[in-house]
Amino acid sequence: MFKKEKLEEIAENEERWKQTTLPKWLSTRPERKPVFKNTSDFEIKRVYTPLDVANLDYIRDLGFPGEYPFTRGVHATMYRGRLWTMRQFSGFGTAEQTNRRFKYLLKEGETGLSIAFDYPTIMGYDSDHPIAKGEVGRCGVAVSSLKDMEVLFDGIPLDKVTTSMTINGPAAMLLAMYVAVGDKQAVPREKLGGTTQNDMLKEFFAQKLCIFPPRPSVKLVTDIIEYCARYLPKWNPISISGYHIREAGANAVQELAFTLYDGITYVESTLERGLKVDDFAPRLSFFFASHNDFFEEIAKFRAARRLWAKIMKERFHAKNPRSLWMRMHVQTSGCTLTAQQPLNNIIRVTIQALAAVLGGTQSLHTNSFDEALALPSELAVRVALRTQQIIAHESGVADTIDPLAGSYYVEALTNEMEEKAMEYIQKIDDMGGIYAAIEKGFFQREIANSAYRYQTEIERKERIIVGVNEYKVEEEETETIPILRIDPKVEEEQIIRLQKLRRERDNRKVKQVLEKLHYAAEKNENLMPIIIEAVKAYATLGEICDVLRAIYGEYKELVII
Amino acid sequence: MTSTLKQLACSILTGDRRSIARAITLIENNGEKARKLVAFLYPHTGKAHIIGVTGPGGSGKSTLIEKLVSEFRRRGKTVGVVATDPSSPFTGGAFLGDRIRMQRLATDEDVFIRSMATRNVPGGIAKATKDAVTVLDAAGKDIIIVETVGAGQAEVDIIKVAHTIVVVFAPGLGDEIQAIKAGIMEIADIFVVNKADLENADKAVIDIKASLELNTQGKAWKPPVLKTVALTGEGIEQLINEILQHKAFLEKGAGVHKRRKKVETELVEAIKEKVANLIVENLKKEKAFEKLVEEILNRKIDPYSAASKLIAELTSSWKGD
Amino acid sequence: MVSERKIRVLIAKPGLDSHDRGAKIVARALRDAGMEVIYTGLRQTPEQIVETVLQEDVDVLGLSILSGAHMTLFPRIMELMKKNGLTDVLVFAGGIIPEEDMPKLKKLGIKEIFGPGTPLETIIDFVRKNAPRRM
Repeated sequence: MFKKEKLEEIAENEERWKQTTLPKWLSTRPERKPVFKNTSDFEIKRVYTPLDVANLDYIRDLGFPGEYPFTRGVHATMYRGRLWTMRQFSGFGTAEQTNRRFKYLLKEGETGLSIAFDYPTIMGYDSDHPIAKGEVGRCGVAVSSLKDMEVLFDGIPLDKVTTSMTINGPAAMLLAMYVAVGDKQAVPREKLGGTTQNDMLKEFFAQKLCIFPPRPSVKLVTDIIEYCARYLPKWNPISISGYHIREAGANAVQELAFTLYDGITYVESTLERGLKVDDFAPRLSFFFASHNDFFEEIAKFRAARRLWAKIMKERFHAKNPRSLWMRMHVQTSGCTLTAQQPLNNIIRVTIQALAAVLGGTQSLHTNSFDEALALPSELAVRVALRTQQIIAHESGVADTIDPLAGSYYVEALTNEMEEKAMEYIQKIDDMGGIYAAIEKGFFQREIANSAYRYQTEIERKERIIVGVNEYKVEEEETETIPILRIDPKVEEEQIIRLQKLRRERDNRKVKQVLEKLHYAAEKNENLMPIIIEAVKAYATLGEICDVLRAIYGEYKELVII
Repeated sequence: MTSTLKQLACSILTGDRRSIARAITLIENNGEKARKLVAFLYPHTGKAHIIGVTGPGGSGKSTLIEKLVSEFRRRGKTVGVVATDPSSPFTGGAFLGDRIRMQRLATDEDVFIRSMATRNVPGGIAKATKDAVTVLDAAGKDIIIVETVGAGQAEVDIIKVAHTIVVVFAPGLGDEIQAIKAGIMEIADIFVVNKADLENADKAVIDIKASLELNTQGKAWKPPVLKTVALTGEGIEQLINEILQHKAFLEKGAGVHKRRKKVETELVEAIKEKVANLIVENLKKEKAFEKLVEEILNRKIDPYSAASKLIAELTSSWKGD
Repeated sequence: MVSERKIRVLIAKPGLDSHDRGAKIVARALRDAGMEVIYTGLRQTPEQIVETVLQEDVDVLGLSILSGAHMTLFPRIMELMKKNGLTDVLVFAGGIIPEEDMPKLKKLGIKEIFGPGTPLETIIDFVRKNAPRRM
């Protein structure tokens, strides 16, 4: 992109600058640190010049939006055509309470729904299971049966909204319930739009919400991908996630590499079913975090798109351009938000959201400022939503596509991200693939070490967290911030409701369909159709999961501190 | 022996878990009281079958032990587990990570699990483990499993407390044979290739068998080489059967002889320790000791010759009288 | 074996909460500070935790929870500790625990609660100073 003679001239001038102008400054005003690094441990230079991107080829490395390698964006018009979806992850208490929160958010301008389920639901237990005691409705909404799902979407037409469900182990069951609600609303299945997170691989080393061991878990994931490819063409069967990997302590390049490798594994597992890559790849979606280092995050998003496009083209020989698109959802980072001086979190979220937008995300969740204290209050979630709306409508950044392209820093960083991520991918390949790496504790070790290092940097004040290790205040204003409390009655209500359900449904039918499920699982069939049948008979989540637990066994994690 | 110590001992004999726990802490920390306690309990031991499980890190020992314990429980046996982990030579701290895989058993009243750190005292952990096993034996456990990571001399010493030593490998951890100090390979009674669903499992079995050919000529017990998949429980029944076979072997013929040799060695070790301490204590009091230290410092004599001098004086005084 | 007495700590994750980043970092820090640390892993019931305290005869119990279920799980744990005669064990907690719940938890016998952002040094010092001197 640059003429050879020009580059030489710049190099000479840089040398001159280093010898003449720079030394004066360094002596009177020494730099704040001996070395500047980002979380991925890349050294950040004092200044970037065309020399740092000397080999950049616009057509080969950047291209135009909507065209390979998609560095600049997956759509040709990006936010000029349609803003990113403002999709706030929400859920707590009973289905009625969450239904109300959904309606509030839709009224305030969010453009997509995203459901947070409570721990018992996520782990495949009914609200009245002994292990659920004290946990019902606390971190998300309790859904134990189709009945709860019906209440959750009462008054919300499924042909008018898209819904993302953050559910992994029991993803098939919750998707089945959503399909059943759609059927009840007489919405054709081909019109149902949304996403199930359904990414079990990252559970084994990051989020840790596993029910079954790795191979059966991936089988269930693939069942959903296969089913959606045939019957739910508008549904994203999977959201291949880096968010949790990052929040567990990984750095940016690890987040990128491990997520992409999970993606590679899912493509392989689906190809093994006999589907062609272009049959399902267009609907694979991704989910990343957005942390504080502004440019590192932007480079990560751009590198992610380019790298995935290359992988789909070169490793999997996809032909449909849509198979090469990496569509992503981003959530701003929860673990960077502080309990101290919570209002500061609004600024953090703004920076992180801005990075996601400048990184070209399709969908965004912004955290609420009370993140480190409790589930979002109405006020806090409103501010979070407004953050996105102000960025969209008042800042101008959405009016042109990939504005940071061409920045010497951003392009150099994007290149380095891609390169280092590829090294990780090669390493995991050499190790024997995902199952071998998980068993060896590779991911767990990398994550634990990054997490410990990050904390050590904070302890040594090599990394400043405003309000926590610097700029502290004596009197915190936490007492004045209204906190969302979950009423313990929620648990009682859920239990009563469940007991009523079990009395009033056709228990013979439930027994029959569960047996049918058992046989199908033993024969290794695609379980989606039978699970849909089971939820329609009002078999509960726990009952369905128990059938599979008996066959697949339960998972015990490998712990590396 | 003090009355509290006596109470503790009697409590242990009833199988009281709190007392077992407190006793093991005593053993880790207090030489004198521990000696007394163990002496009192020793006559009440001898019922338990002690199984040592060792092998390189990552071989899946803890998962295997969890399955073994479950199976023994199913057969109506009570079980104790002592899991050892290395202490950091720099910080002195330790991460005792074996228990995690066995937490499902935490609420089974007939299973007692204790984690011990090696604490960098030479020979210390071997003794402490032995004493902990004595406590568990006296408390009535039918089976006691001792787990170590087979990485060093300390671990070889620990595992010698066992009647049946099981060495666990996993394919692909590197050269299986080199992974463990030669000492362990020679005293192993049963070999297990765990994670046998992985590639190279059969090769690992062949390698181990080949190495055994050379070492077990003419020995009465030929260590079998088994395959297991601890995660699913495959091969566990067979492993237990081999363990029981080995137990039966120990109870007759060559096994009895082996047991006797072992006890003799134990007695000799105990004598050595006491004698060495006794003699050293006395020699240190001699004037000659201080003088020799000076001479060594001034490089007039080396430590070994100095020791010979001191001993010569001692032994001559024995002959003299 | 007469060695220097070590502080034995159990770090536990009660309930279904799966956030273990903090628990693992604290476990590692305490180990690096010379203590013997046992970590229970995820999804422990109060019964499992207390039985582990008993068998391992730990001096200190650290509870980590971010799911909001602490007001159900902690009282149950402390009740079992009492029932088993383990009231001399130092108990502390960490995670997401609203300030308004802290007085109630302290009344149960949980000596200190460390929220997000607590320096590791603070936790290490606290344990060193407050671990019971037994025997």
